[in-house]
Amino acid sequence: MAKLYEFQGKSILQKFGVAVPEGKAVEGIEEAINVSNEIGFPVVVKIQTWSTGRAALGGVQFANSIDELKETCENFFKMKVGNFNIERLLIEKKLNIVQEFFVGFIINGEEKKPTLIFSSKGGSGIEEIAKEYPESLFSYNIDVIRGLKAYEIIPLLIKVGVDKKLLNKMASTIIKLYNAMRGSDARSLETNPLVLTEAGKIVAADAHIVIDDYGVFRHPEFGIEIAREFDRPPTELEKIAYLVEKNDYRGTFYFFQMNEKLKSEENYIGFHGAGGGGSMMSMDAVAKKNYKIANFCDTSGNPPASKVYKAAKIILSQPNITGYFASGSGVASQEQFHSARGFVKAFLEESLDVPAVLRLGGNSEEIAIDILNKYLGNLNVKVLGYGKNDSPDFCMDKLDELIKENGKKSHRVKKIKEKNLDDYNYKFETMTGSINIDHNVCKNCPTQSCVKSCNYNILKIEDGVPVLAIEKEDVKKGKCIECLACEIACKFNGRNGLYIHLPIEGLKEYREKITKE
Amino acid sequence: MSILIDENSKVIIQGITGREGRNRSKLMKEYGTNVIGGVTPGKGGQEVNGVPVFDTVAEIVEKYNGIDASAIFVPAPLVKDAAIEAIVAGVKLLLIVPDRVPIHDVLEIAQYAKECGAKFIGPNTLGILSVDKAVLGMIGGKAKSAKEWFKKGNVGVTSRSGGITSAMSYYLGQNGIGLTTIVHVGGDSVIGLPHNEIVKLFQKDPETKLIVMFGEIGSSQEEKVAELIKNGEVTKPVVAYIGGKGAKSGTRFSHAGAIVEGNKGTYAGKVKALKEAGAYVVDSFLDIPKVVKEVNKEKSE
Repeated sequence: MAKLYEFQGKSILQKFGVAVPEGKAVEGIEEAINVSNEIGFPVVVKIQTWSTGRAALGGVQFANSIDELKETCENFFKMKVGNFNIERLLIEKKLNIVQEFFVGFIINGEEKKPTLIFSSKGGSGIEEIAKEYPESLFSYNIDVIRGLKAYEIIPLLIKVGVDKKLLNKMASTIIKLYNAMRGSDARSLETNPLVLTEAGKIVAADAHIVIDDYGVFRHPEFGIEIAREFDRPPTELEKIAYLVEKNDYRGTFYFFQMNEKLKSEENYIGFHGAGGGGSMMSMDAVAKKNYKIANFCDTSGNPPASKVYKAAKIILSQPNITGYFASGSGVASQEQFHSARGFVKAFLEESLDVPAVLRLGGNSEEIAIDILNKYLGNLNVKVLGYGKNDSPDFCMDKLDELIKENGKKSHRVKKIKEKNLDDYNYKFETMTGSINIDHNVCKNCPTQSCVKSCNYNILKIEDGVPVLAIEKEDVKKGKCIECLACEIACKFNGRNGLYIHLPIEGLKEYREKITKE
Repeated sequence: MSILIDENSKVIIQGITGREGRNRSKLMKEYGTNVIGGVTPGKGGQEVNGVPVFDTVAEIVEKYNGIDASAIFVPAPLVKDAAIEAIVAGVKLLLIVPDRVPIHDVLEIAQYAKECGAKFIGPNTLGILSVDKAVLGMIGGKAKSAKEWFKKGNVGVTSRSGGITSAMSYYLGQNGIGLTTIVHVGGDSVIGLPHNEIVKLFQKDPETKLIVMFGEIGSSQEEKVAELIKNGEVTKPVVAYIGGKGAKSGTRFSHAGAIVEGNKGTYAGKVKALKEAGAYVVDSFLDIPKVVKEVNKEKSE
């Protein structure tokens, strides 16, 4: 769930017509002084974090003068909340508050409706409010087709003791907040406190908005880097992985690091799951064998081989893992040979140096395991494939044996050496990469294995060389599903004249950096 | 009997001309599902896997005098419109396959469904399969596999994980335990028919004698099942496994639904509620067949 900072939240509220205090987010002390001079002292300075309860951390302070402001800012920029450094402060004009309220919207999964929660006693956390002043609070489930109307809210406001003079104004503010929630695809939106000022205005003194990951695509304006929740800033590798997912809608690819700086000799496993439920069980199997998990990764929902390939390359960008464990539900609906080909391409390119066990149970598992055996037999380490009748525990036992056989050696990350695409004289783009063929090499190749291995019939032989049988645009649009069969077939049965280039944005630079360290 | 779908249900596929729709219509037809046709706006008049394609759901509903169920295979951003179209056209059961449907879209679908008396499964579901009768969605992947993997019998399966739906059903079959209907309720946090709704349907189905449930951390579906058992609405034995024991609060492993927020939806809470209600909760997933056999034996004595 993508959380927004308070200052971002407030700009959304403003867009939907809710009043917010005059102010601005700043990244340095100088800027803080300028903003304060502009809006006039006294000001309130608030650290910008994703966590709630900032006041209790001392992260909200008033400043009456430039000196006080400087001191506060200096202290704040040194603060750390959880795993996050404070990078921004919000400077706002201090409000003269008469009364505080709580307004929140959450999604009620049981009712399948947004729920409005309101209290005429804002300020503290909603749990405390509910405990101490239950009579001040109401909740209301909203009909999303009809929307939220004033006539629905006003009787409830009266019940919890809102001043009659405020009823219309409050109802209209609540409706605007609801529109902001729907309009920004928020899973939750909370403003605590919403305040009544001496001037008689209703102002959102705080804003805490969490955007639905699946709705983020509709809001490029939020600048959300990774539409997934993290309890720390995303690592560089996670950002690289997210780009792969973002630019390819086919299947799901999810990656996060449970440990970033892996020490050698600590028995870390690069984990590659398929499907949430099966992955969780498979990770239990890893833990049972006393290995640590370097990363969580999930490629599921029928991803193309190219996506599995990229996932494997990213997992293998973690130095010091001692083994590679791929294990999903065990009885997958998707054709398992796609994953197998993704692994083959990645492991060959990397000249895999730690053993791998791939539990590929599901449709066509025999073909998948056969692919592994056929093409990965010449690596210096063992890669074993298993099917649906082999449990995660059994497979993890096997990996444990192989790791010991390999002397618990840990993985060395290598720089990415890219092939020179100019060496290939016939090329066309696929959805996320390109297929490059050297017609000088493959002229009159007797096997024609690239064409024969292509189940989607996108290639044909013309004048003794393979060429496209369909329009280039259709290939790019996805008629070529990047199954990788042609490259593998050509490498082993043909003349090794075909190369599928599947760039992973940022990975080359990342590898350069970590191999230097 | 079975629940939700059988060989007589008239089924359509929305998005039949796309990559997944094309593929899965083949699976459904070959398994025995009564696939009437498909819908892709602008592609009416074409044919896919031997069934006609229409521009709108309303047309196909009129032509065939009502449609029982629609499997939706359109890209996530288009799901809302497709689902609402089907609901308004009078289709009473929708299966929403895609992952990553915006949650506010799901809320809108839910409201329409409620007003029109329709049900939906998903989003983010592999589907449902009534053994030897019909499949809606993509369980099994290929008809040949689905026929091989799932055996007919009297156990109902409901799961929050797609892969595990097949895995659990397969392992039960390997242990000689047959099934009525298997349901993947969907991996999202807001879904049409959560465990508690499916379990109620199994309770009403005369053929189902025992229910197997794969639960997960997050949401309150499993706690609701515990309530149903406790208050006597569900009297058939329930064998349950809860995944996500090792996950710490706040982490999420792919499934949007599998997230623990505060004290809600924890592993311990779910296990406790189910055990107290009288469900059979297993610690290890692979123990499910063994416990099902034991419970069956116990009940027949």
